Amino acid sequence: MRIIKIIPILALFLIATNVNVDAQCKAFAKKICLPELGGYIHDGNYHAAILVEGEEAELYKTFYSDMEYRVAICGEEKLPGVEFTVLDANKNVLYSNKSANFARTWDFKLQSSQQLKVIVKVTSLSKSGDTPASGCVAIMFGFKTKK
Amino acid sequence: MIKKYGIYSGSLLVVLLFSGLLIGCKSGSNKATKEEATVDIPKENTAVYEDIKQAERIFNALPSPLESAMLIKSAGARFDDKLLNPIGNTNTYVTNKSMALNLGIYTCDLSFASLYEQTQLIIDYMNAAKKMADGLGILKAIEQSTIDRLEENINNSEVIMEIVSETFMNSSSYLQDNGQPAIASMVLVGGWFEGLYISTQLVDMKDFNGNKLVGRIIDQKLSIGILLNLLESSKGNPAVDEIIVQVNRLKAVFDKISITTSRIRPEYDKSSNTTVLKSEVKTDMTPEVFKELSTVVADIRNTFVK
Repeated sequence: MRIIKIIPILALFLIATNVNVDAQCKAFAKKICLPELGGYIHDGNYHAAILVEGEEAELYKTFYSDMEYRVAICGEEKLPGVEFTVLDANKNVLYSNKSANFARTWDFKLQSSQQLKVIVKVTSLSKSGDTPASGCVAIMFGFKTKK
Repeated sequence: MIKKYGIYSGSLLVVLLFSGLLIGCKSGSNKATKEEATVDIPKENTAVYEDIKQAERIFNALPSPLESAMLIKSAGARFDDKLLNPIGNTNTYVTNKSMALNLGIYTCDLSFASLYEQTQLIIDYMNAAKKMADGLGILKAIEQSTIDRLEENINNSEVIMEIVSETFMNSSSYLQDNGQPAIASMVLVGGWFEGLYISTQLVDMKDFNGNKLVGRIIDQKLSIGILLNLLESSKGNPAVDEIIVQVNRLKAVFDKISITTSRIRPEYDKSSNTTVLKSEVKTDMTPEVFKELSTVVADIRNTFVK
């Protein structure tokens, strides 16, 4: 019975905590990741999630031949490195930041418009039995028209 | 890697069950199914993917209204204010569906006006977008201070684009963070349709072959699957289900257009620190298919703005 009484209180607490975590994620995206776009115009879309070490997120987006793009992928400091890989529709790897010292940004342009897939993975440093770190990961796109 | 956590009491169990339930409810639409991802990786790239299992979150990213408007402008299209959704319509939108779709539509119109430096229209359409955002209960997406800042910088296109981008991000992040993915999807859908509607209306049939804008319209075929996946993640929501039927009607027309792309060859340009993704593309859209596409887009868009 005691457990049943505390359920609504716990539910409210968890909802409040979740919204707060998401708000922190938005603040992180705005304050830390947005400046990484530099001179590119942010497209206005918001892609961010709380990920735990070892977890992945995928993003599908069409990129156009008239534009130059910068993708910025940022993880909170408490997370180990964030790895991202860009693939074409046939799953060929076009870029991986693993070979660029886990760079946060990648600038690219296309000769013809393409749908690409971005895979983001939080690397894992925790040993078995450790509580894995979790934190916000934001994916942002900036563009400018081709010169 | 198998993760093990000890559970020591009934109370903790309740907490964990609720956490799981709440997180599941909140992000279910974006959560991947628990299937193993089957990714065929070329041998030289297997190291990169050796430990791919599954994605925790999937994002289906449609072009934002600002990007759609930029694509129209970069194709050399002219500005025509008659194509925009009149701001007088704002009072007729009272349902969440109509307000969400028209938040996307007005943001696209606002972006279009911004890129063509239509100063009075910029203010008018920002106010129209604000009305939709307020109606949806999106707190602080577009505040009076935003309108004031817009007015102060009305001749500074860079600042205007920053403001448009920021307000759109405020709306979409609010909706996502407050467990309203269906509404967030409909906002994006509205913006995408408006961009496609304006593009199709601006094509001069006398100048069809080799028209850059026609090329941009064909490119939208690449996003139709993303659009459907985005909506499917909120399937069961009656408003979304209606839109899925409409999008499938549009997809049937896009299916008549062929796009063939050669393998992409990434080439790094050291001087600009940019990777150029080189590939050749062949597309095929007849004027008849274009006319059909324009009609279907206009029909669907008209159901959104009526």
